[in-house]
Amino acid sequence: MPHRRCHQRAAYAQVWHRAVGWYWGGVDFQLTLRVDGEARSLTVDTRTTLLDTLRDRLSVTSPKKGCDHGQCGACTVLLDGRRVLSCLTLAVAHDGAEVTTAGGLASADGELHPLQRAFLDHDGFQCGYCTPGQICSAAGMLAEAAAGHPSAVTAAADDGPDSQGGPDGTVALSDDEIRERMSGNLCRCGAYVNIVAAIREVSAK
Amino acid sequence: MIPFDYAPASDPDSAVAAVTARPGAAYLGGGTNLVDHMKLGVATPDLLVDVTRLPLDRIEELPDGGLRIGATVRNSDLAAHPAVRRRHAVLSQALLAGASGQLRNSATTAGNLLQRTRCGYFQDVTTPCNKREPGTGCAAVGGWNRHHAVLGASEHCLAVHPSDMAVAMSVLDAVVTVLGEDGERRVPLGEFHRLPGDSPEQDTVLAHGELVTSVELPPLPAGARSGYLKVRDRASFAFALVSAGAVLAVEDGRVRESRIAFGGLAHKPWRATYAEEALRGAAATDEAFREAADAELRHAQPLPGNAFKIPMTRNTLAALLRELATEVRS
Repeated sequence: MPHRRCHQRAAYAQVWHRAVGWYWGGVDFQLTLRVDGEARSLTVDTRTTLLDTLRDRLSVTSPKKGCDHGQCGACTVLLDGRRVLSCLTLAVAHDGAEVTTAGGLASADGELHPLQRAFLDHDGFQCGYCTPGQICSAAGMLAEAAAGHPSAVTAAADDGPDSQGGPDGTVALSDDEIRERMSGNLCRCGAYVNIVAAIREVSAK
Repeated sequence: MIPFDYAPASDPDSAVAAVTARPGAAYLGGGTNLVDHMKLGVATPDLLVDVTRLPLDRIEELPDGGLRIGATVRNSDLAAHPAVRRRHAVLSQALLAGASGQLRNSATTAGNLLQRTRCGYFQDVTTPCNKREPGTGCAAVGGWNRHHAVLGASEHCLAVHPSDMAVAMSVLDAVVTVLGEDGERRVPLGEFHRLPGDSPEQDTVLAHGELVTSVELPPLPAGARSGYLKVRDRASFAFALVSAGAVLAVEDGRVRESRIAFGGLAHKPWRATYAEEALRGAAATDEAFREAADAELRHAQPLPGNAFKIPMTRNTLAALLRELATEVRS
C-alpha cells in the first residue's frame, strides 16, 4: 500500500511542520533603519542580527561575516556614528538607527573616502574580506581619537586628560596607538603593516 | 537561537516587573556577551527586556569627589571620562585593557559586571559544565585548565571571572545599586560576585529580575595613586592570564595604604587582603611587593595547566606597585 504510506507521511510531515513552526516560529518585529543614507523599513524576526539584516534582508553586503562571534571585526559598521560589531547587535534593538557601512563611506558621486583611497594606495589588503570592517573601524577609531578618547597605549602613561594630546584635546596617533586601537580587526592575510601605513597617512592629515 | 519576545523598557520599575514575572526573561544591554551566548545555545531567554534606552547613561561627579556611574554607560565613554581618568585611573586603564574598540562602544557598565566566564567548556554545550548545566560535572577538572582559577575554586567549577573593569572597581571599593521588586539595595562590589562552591551556576548575589542601576565609587584616599596591569597571550584584545589593580599611598618611603585585587585568578575579582595586610607600614620596595604577593599566593591551589600563574602574578603585582610607588615619589 505505497499510496497510503505516502498519505501518512504527508500527514506526519504536516503535524511535524506545525509543531516546529509553533516551537521555532519566530517573533516578528517591524523597524526602520537608515542604511548608508537611505531609509529602509522591514519586518525581522527578533533573532536577526544587524549583520544578517543588512546582508540577507537588505542586500547590503559590504559588512562581512567572519567569525560571527565578535572576535574578528569583519562585520564592523558605524551605528549612529560609532563603530560596533553588527554580528553581536540585534536589529530589533536599533529601530530608527543610522547605519553606515564601508560601502556608504564614499561620497554620492562615487569619490572614495580618504581611508578607502589610502588602503588602495598602500596595498592595505590581500584577499579583501576583512577590508570593509577595517575601513569602518578605522573611520570610527579616527573619530574617537579626534574626540580625545584614550587607548591602552595612551593610558599607560596617563596622568589624566590634561596631560594628553595636542592643544585641541585630540590624540596624536603613533603606530603603536593605531595597532592598539585597531586590535579588534583581524586580517588572516597579515596585511597589517600596510593597513597601519594607510591609517597613519589619513590620521596625519 | 530559540525564538524570543523583545520589549524595550520604558522605566526601571516596569523593566524589573517584566523580567521578575517571567522565569525565562533576561535584560538586554549591549548584548556583546548575551547575543553570543544565545547563538551558542548557552543562554536561551524567551523574553529580552531592552534596558539600553533607560535614563541610566549618566556619569555624575559626587560632592565628596566620588562618582556615580549609570548602568548603561558604555565602556568606551566611561574609560574616556575626564573625571575617571583624573581621579580613578585604575578604572580607565582596566576598561581600555579589555575587549576591542568596537566592543567597548557597545558594552555597558552593568553588562561588564554581569558578563560570564570565557571557560571554553562553559561556552561549548557539547561538554559537561556545572555552571551551564548544574550537576553535569566540570570538564576543566582534569581537562584543559590553563586559563582557570588558582584561588577560591571548588571541585564543581574552576572558571575565572573575565572582567577587567570589575577588578578596578574592587580596589576602588565600589558599591553596586540594585533595583528589585521590593525596592533598591546597595551591594559592595566585593560581595557582588560569588565563589563557585557547590552552586557555580550563580555568578553573583543577584536574584532573578534584579536590575543593576548604577555603580558608585568613593573618592581615592588623599595622596594615593591607582593603576592596572594586565598580562595576556597577545598584546591586545585578549582576556587576562593574570591582571592586577591597585591603589597605593606611600609616605616617607613606607606604604600608608594599599588596596590590591587580581583578575584571571578566581571566580570573582580577587581582593588580596593578605597582601594588603603584609604591605601595611612596609617599606615601598620591590622585595616588600613580592613578599606581599606571596602572602596572598600562599593560599593558591594551582592546577597542572596553570601553575605559571603563581610567578606571573608575583611579577605583575611587583611591577604595578613599583610603578605606582615611583609615581608617588616623583
